[in-house]
Amino acid sequence: MTKIGLVGLGKMGISHFSIANADPRAEIIICDASGYMLDTIKKYTGCTAYKSFDTMLEKEDLAAVIIATPSRLHAPMVRAALEKGLHVFCEKPFCLDPAESAALAKLAADKGLITQVGYHYRYVGAFQEMKRIIDSGAIGTVTHILAEAYGPVILKPKGKTWRTDRAEGGGCLYDYAAHPINLLNWYFGEPDRADGTILAPIFSADTDDEVYSTLTWNDGTSAHVSVNWSDESYRKMSTKISITGTKGRINADRQECQTYLRETTDALPEYEQGWNVRYTTDLTQEVAFYLRGEEYSAQMYDFISAVVGDGGNPVNDFASATQTDRTMAMMITDHQSAPTTKRAAPLVAKKKRSWLGR
Amino acid sequence: MDKLLFGDNQFFGINHMSEEKARAQSMRFQNIENVISVLDAAYDEGVKTFMCTTHDRIALVCDHVRANPDKYPDFKFFPCMPYAHKYANAVTDHGMMGALTHFMPDDGLLKTALRGSMSLATKDIEGIIKILVDVEMKMFQGVETPVIFLQNVIVDLLLGMGMKDAFKIFHDHVLENYDAEPGFITMNMPMLFETLDGLGIENPIICSNINKIGFRTCGGFDRYKEILENEKLRAIAMSVYASGAIAPREAIEWLSQVPNIESMVFGASSRTNIRSTRELVDEYFA
Repeated sequence: MTKIGLVGLGKMGISHFSIANADPRAEIIICDASGYMLDTIKKYTGCTAYKSFDTMLEKEDLAAVIIATPSRLHAPMVRAALEKGLHVFCEKPFCLDPAESAALAKLAADKGLITQVGYHYRYVGAFQEMKRIIDSGAIGTVTHILAEAYGPVILKPKGKTWRTDRAEGGGCLYDYAAHPINLLNWYFGEPDRADGTILAPIFSADTDDEVYSTLTWNDGTSAHVSVNWSDESYRKMSTKISITGTKGRINADRQECQTYLRETTDALPEYEQGWNVRYTTDLTQEVAFYLRGEEYSAQMYDFISAVVGDGGNPVNDFASATQTDRTMAMMITDHQSAPTTKRAAPLVAKKKRSWLGR
Repeated sequence: MDKLLFGDNQFFGINHMSEEKARAQSMRFQNIENVISVLDAAYDEGVKTFMCTTHDRIALVCDHVRANPDKYPDFKFFPCMPYAHKYANAVTDHGMMGALTHFMPDDGLLKTALRGSMSLATKDIEGIIKILVDVEMKMFQGVETPVIFLQNVIVDLLLGMGMKDAFKIFHDHVLENYDAEPGFITMNMPMLFETLDGLGIENPIICSNINKIGFRTCGGFDRYKEILENEKLRAIAMSVYASGAIAPREAIEWLSQVPNIESMVFGASSRTNIRSTRELVDEYFA
């Protein structure tokens, strides 16, 4: 069995652990600096566990690592793993400093290592179908894209965690907006400009809860990004991309891909003139183990397959995630150069002490 | 168990095909009276078991059934716990450990609370699981709950991690303290069946996708069929229409030929659809 180290047993780390551990090709070694989850999982699963990432890298004969720590810690851990010659799966966003992203992407490429970043939307059937249609040219020249994501994450002022601090990689831009921006990068590459960027708090003290921006490409394509993670009217995160072209339009979300073609085309013979609807349930390949959507399993098994030399074609390599890091950095720069307007500062709750005194 | 169980996805804006339909359903069922009138229609049609999550709004349905015992002499709830989003949001808010303590009772149940704090300190999941089940079951006091399920997100999370003991703890706690049968919902039926078998849990109640086209039968459709044909389990079929890909008559005719199917769970928003499903089940499972 191939040994894979997993560091960071938070929400994403535990999900990745369950999915990767269900793969009979892999043995997962776990690592987390805080002992509680680590000890509990070790006690009930018997898997090998480390408190120190460096010790794990030193003692275990690993083929790869999965990094699911707070975003600020990604870069040094990724570097340490690459320098040891390990393949790396890293949670998104990749690195907070895009210069670091580019350097690590180059290091991985120079060493011929397999990389994947957790932008799971590229594994959703409807968004894959959208890519296929754009690339076919069936909707003609794309003039504009609306890239949206909404959901109910921060609904009131609350105490601090790393997720509420942009310096740590928290906030709506890095956590939510990164996904639709990554899809834009996949479909159209890196935009050349960001204008009118708003990164505003609604309830958070130290980071953004809503993100709006106009992105433009030198060929004339433009995109509006509209993202808000403080919207309770959504049951869970909802990402939607709407694309307008000279010969048609495509709307896609996690469930379905709706395409309007002004005329039929040889590039897409199974599509008719007018509306065509394809459902993710029909477009999605079965996965060997399902936890919370095929896309989460598919991105991990694609990575593991590539690591063990059993096919696999991870689409979110470090180079592609670097595009997203650069796009977000460009938006932050644009935001900082604009005159600031301020809402009344939100109330921030003091960190609560529970009856366990934790 | 009844042959037909009524599910609750439609009441909570869950639709695997379309976000627009999901939102329309959220709007319609925001008023609990509209939920109850659909449940009444199901009850009148002879569909008397409601397989539901432990969403806060289900407490209102429990209140209604408790308040009208004469109207619902045979009404049964099959609670499915935990309601995952409630916990996922709490983890974002309070961190992993904070979320656990957040759901621990603080209403003077000193004994339970002590069991919880001891469990947390010793990293003993038995006490934690028992308390979480007890907290989730509070809303069902005084109504019938002959089967209590562990939801698929938590079942599959534990299954992947290999934390098998949790299944046995849940199983024994439900049997011993609720005079009810434990059930498990999963998207990975073959793997779960083998795990439960390894724990000595015999003839388990397992709810999973079972449909003619093998939609979302993870671990392989053939393995699903082998287990249903050769093993001892009480299977509940969900996603029988494969999110609308199979016509109801064809779907139910196929299901009626599959061995070991104890029940089928389905969702509907109108009396017409409930009746036509019930008639098809009566016809093919007669």
